[in-house]
Amino acid sequence: MLKIKNLHASVDDKGILKGINLHVKPGEVHAIMGPNGSGKSTLAAVVAGKEEYEVEEGEILLDGENIDELGPEERAHKGVFLSFQYPVEIPGVSVTNFMKTAINETRKAKGLEDMPANEMLKMIREKSEMLEIDRKFLSRSLNEGFSGGEKKRNEIFQMAMLEPKLAILDETDSGLDIDALRIVANGVNKLKSKDNAVIVITHYQRLLDYIVPDYVHVLHDGKIVKSGSKELAHELEAKGYDWIKEEVGA
Amino acid sequence: MELKEKLVSSFMAFENMVDIDSPVHDIRTEAIKQFEVEGFPTKRQEAWKYTSLNTVLKHDYSVFPKHEEALEFKDVKKYFIHDIDSYKIIFIDGKYSSHLSQTTHDGIDVCLMSAALTKPKYRLVIENYFNKIATKDGLSSLNTAFSAEGAYIHIPKNKLVEKPIQILHFSTGNEAALMLQPRNLIVVDENSHVQIIERHQSLTNNPVLTNSVTEIFANKRAIVDYYKIQNDRETASLIDNTFINQKRESIAKVHTFSFGGKLTRNNLNFFQNGERLDSTMKGITIIGNKQHVDHNTLVHHIEPNCESHQDYKGIFDDNSTGVFNGKVIVEKEAQKTNAFQANNNILVSDKASINTKPQLEIFADDVKCSHGCTIGQLDESAMFYLRSRGIPEKEARALLMFAFSNNVLDSVKIPEIKSRITKIIANKLGVNIGFNL
Repeated sequence: MLKIKNLHASVDDKGILKGINLHVKPGEVHAIMGPNGSGKSTLAAVVAGKEEYEVEEGEILLDGENIDELGPEERAHKGVFLSFQYPVEIPGVSVTNFMKTAINETRKAKGLEDMPANEMLKMIREKSEMLEIDRKFLSRSLNEGFSGGEKKRNEIFQMAMLEPKLAILDETDSGLDIDALRIVANGVNKLKSKDNAVIVITHYQRLLDYIVPDYVHVLHDGKIVKSGSKELAHELEAKGYDWIKEEVGA
Repeated sequence: MELKEKLVSSFMAFENMVDIDSPVHDIRTEAIKQFEVEGFPTKRQEAWKYTSLNTVLKHDYSVFPKHEEALEFKDVKKYFIHDIDSYKIIFIDGKYSSHLSQTTHDGIDVCLMSAALTKPKYRLVIENYFNKIATKDGLSSLNTAFSAEGAYIHIPKNKLVEKPIQILHFSTGNEAALMLQPRNLIVVDENSHVQIIERHQSLTNNPVLTNSVTEIFANKRAIVDYYKIQNDRETASLIDNTFINQKRESIAKVHTFSFGGKLTRNNLNFFQNGERLDSTMKGITIIGNKQHVDHNTLVHHIEPNCESHQDYKGIFDDNSTGVFNGKVIVEKEAQKTNAFQANNNILVSDKASINTKPQLEIFADDVKCSHGCTIGQLDESAMFYLRSRGIPEKEARALLMFAFSNNVLDSVKIPEIKSRITKIIANKLGVNIGFNL
């Protein structure tokens, strides 16, 4: 589904990704771990199409198609979803209206009519219940004044509404207490199917107890320096990242 | 001939045409003299530093339209808030259109200035209120000199006027260039409530210059809600001079929505002549091309325990220019005044500009006065966030702009106006998304 080949990316002429190779197949969960500053969030943003990052070399293929030249909205229409580490506060736009606009614009891009209002409401009700989101919350301005946990839960709610093919969860566990973590992970697990894939970016192993990865990759200085099974995450948790650095000679 | 000379020399003919024996003859005569002295304002005047009338005044305007034109409702329906029951006072090229209007004398007077200025039964109200608060500057004086037609609204005490009143001015393009001087008088007596919607619309691209004066009196505990929808063609210009005199415990709110027009100048003046009253003025300005919108507000706090709230949002694209000049005067006697002023702007293009200037003159020592103005761009991280959810760039931009300005709509009490304004905004921003928030 997603194939990243020798990806080099920079921001303001500063190289951050230095040759990433990653292959994600439908039905898989990949975890990307690594110390601060290793390029995890950059990788997420580059795949989602953030324009301030310059792709200098390599390619990103989604179902065989190079998406490098596509805008973020076109990637979203093709099924890419990024759960933001720091969701942006947008005063004046309610969660509900935002979701309606996002869904109908995506449908428009696919040549479909707007989703009928009752269907939309039903979907909003179901998905918000799944994530234990209070109805009142949905009429509030997007992320404005939300707690850290509310913001992350709202990200997964959006994921549930948009039903992406490829979801990238960027540090979704940060700022979550254990109850919220369980709700969020539970939501992600319910959305998982044999046709979609999830990339979990995290600093810590604890989220991976709930969203169990098929593969774990360690990112260091813009490169994947080690890949393994879920046991690798436990090893990292126990030993920290320093041994990896030593192993790769950094 | 320069426009000023043309106007001065037509005054005699005008007076002969309307009624030289009118009780306001002296006021008009005085006013034309005042206009002769003052003339049109120039950029040398502090209050007009950022707005030049030069390009607007260069046309050879007809001062008295020769032809009378009729319009069919179906052809102009879209300019009305037509999904509500309302009184309507409609003018075509400055002339009253009884065909399109719906006036009343049933307990309240919703009718014409021409009738009020000539019929004896209105004489007392005219004597007490006409030209009592309009200032003596050149433009207001010019309007006073040629004051003959417009809306006359008198709500006696304890009346809750259930239907809003729409005042619409159409210009048909029958004249190559047309100048209009509508004059409105609105008197709302004790404990009464009225809602008014005003709009100016030209139907062709022939230049139109409207120099309007509206005097509003909100007497004790009266509530006046006034909505100005400024979405005219970019060949039409509007100078709106509105004066509001408030008595104690009254509430007056003016919302100004400026999306259209070539040049729009809003001179909005509140005089607080009573205690515990509230003045609110809010506006959304969204313009592009070479449009120019200037909000020049004044709140004169004269008595204690009063409030004023100002909240103006502006979004400027292309080569458009905006001005906000908000003057608040708090007299020494006006203790415990609460005066708030905010002016927030987004410049979408690097060729657009805004000049914003709060001007506070505070002579009392126990008051709360705040002001803030901001000028910024759209937040790029918010743009990425919206786009990453599948909302295309243009729509994302529009959504952010609407979100930036929409709290101004919170205080709009008529849902049909709110939905009309959101539609105009979507249209203006070139998107087809429902902003129903």
